[in-house]
Amino acid sequence: MEFLSTIGRYVLFLRKVFTRLENRWVYFPKIIHEIHVLGMSSIGFVAFISVFVGAVVTLQVAYNMENPLLPTYLIGLASRDSIILEFSPTMISLVLAGKIGSHIASSIGTMRVTEQIDALEVMGINSASYLVFPKVCAAIIINPFLIILSIALGIVGGWLAGNFTGLCPTEEFLLGIQYEFIPFNMAYALIKTVIFAFIITTVCAFYGYNTKGGALEVGQASTQGVVYTSILIIICNYFITHLLLN
Amino acid sequence: MIRVIDINKSFSEKLVLDKFSANFEAGKINLIIGRSGSGKTIAIKCMLGLHEVDSGSIFFNDRDFISINENQKRLIRKEIGMVFQGGALFDSMTVEDNVMFPLKMSEKMTSKEMKKRSDFCLQRVDLVNVHSLYPSELSGGMQKRVAIARAIALNPKYLFCDEPNSGLDPTTATVIDTLLKEITYENNITTVINTHDMNSVMDIGDNIVFIKSGEKKWEGTKKSFLITNNKDLNEFKSSSKLFTSI
Repeated sequence: MEFLSTIGRYVLFLRKVFTRLENRWVYFPKIIHEIHVLGMSSIGFVAFISVFVGAVVTLQVAYNMENPLLPTYLIGLASRDSIILEFSPTMISLVLAGKIGSHIASSIGTMRVTEQIDALEVMGINSASYLVFPKVCAAIIINPFLIILSIALGIVGGWLAGNFTGLCPTEEFLLGIQYEFIPFNMAYALIKTVIFAFIITTVCAFYGYNTKGGALEVGQASTQGVVYTSILIIICNYFITHLLLN
Repeated sequence: MIRVIDINKSFSEKLVLDKFSANFEAGKINLIIGRSGSGKTIAIKCMLGLHEVDSGSIFFNDRDFISINENQKRLIRKEIGMVFQGGALFDSMTVEDNVMFPLKMSEKMTSKEMKKRSDFCLQRVDLVNVHSLYPSELSGGMQKRVAIARAIALNPKYLFCDEPNSGLDPTTATVIDTLLKEITYENNITTVINTHDMNSVMDIGDNIVFIKSGEKKWEGTKKSFLITNNKDLNEFKSSSKLFTSI
């Protein structure tokens, strides 16, 4: 029953976020600010993870392809597809759920327990929409760019690892990443990214917005937000893959 | 004028307001007094619509706040200023931005007019050279004064204060009381203040409502407050050693 009640409250929360919006000029600067806070500040982190995981993916593919009958360029091809289809959109979204999700839940949770959200409501402002709508828009706009960057840097990481270790020379790797490239894979990755961005921002905001108590409860809300976001991302990943790739 | 008629409010079976009724007059300081946990804050939050009442009516100058829709409530809220117990200042904004925030959201003023109004409000609460500071850089008394400046920025018809003196030394508390009294009389505001501070009762109380366990036990003027035979109120008064010694 608690589970159904939470789903119901989440749906009502979404309705509050997307109805009775303030004027457009209120949101525009906030969206720009959130793009900076949620997206731009994550670039270094995403880049670092992408390069190293891309390198690891390439090394693991090479490790599993010791058969001399298999052409070496397949290492590039397998790395490319792993990075585009799964690593960047899903794993980076999970990482972002931890980074920006906890930030969203704790900042909104702190506003709740210090009565700042009540202050907004008393001023006649739809607090849910004012606080959450710009975050949702910002994440939906900036996350695809982060994922494209992650894909590019993951492939660069794979190329560097293959080249330095001699497991996959540059020419073979370049041939592999261009071989039988399916453009729809990129669309699939970006569709997933947008859906995950929506989940990260709304679920974490929901837990932050409904925080009751003090500092300890803000921490708990943040943890709950990240945990449920991660679970939802994994579940949605399965269904989106089933719908789009089968 | 605000009329509260028979409001009931409970939280999971526990009745916190029991047929609470009161009249709060314009141009006067109306105090709600009572022990901690007696339901004062809940009463104010019900009047502001931050808590939904189980039954009863609340009228703001004959406008029924309970039965109107959310958009109409929003319009009434634009006429309300609120000073929260902890100040509830937006901690990511400077003092000036905090005061200008309701002006920005009301969309009626140019930047120049907003700046002029915020300067006036800050000057009115005797705050100078703090415009660019953040709330965390201010003392408790200064935070309360900024909260008052923000509350009066839109020239409210109704001003609510939840324990404006809590956590302040007696001198600063007197400054805040005097400020609230002056602002109320200058602008003919209907001011409702929650307090359990006897000094405030004697200094600024025009109309006094005594509440115990969610029930209104007594209502009257400061003069009748001193000579009443109400047992519950006299018990409450006698708990203040300073008051009984006088």
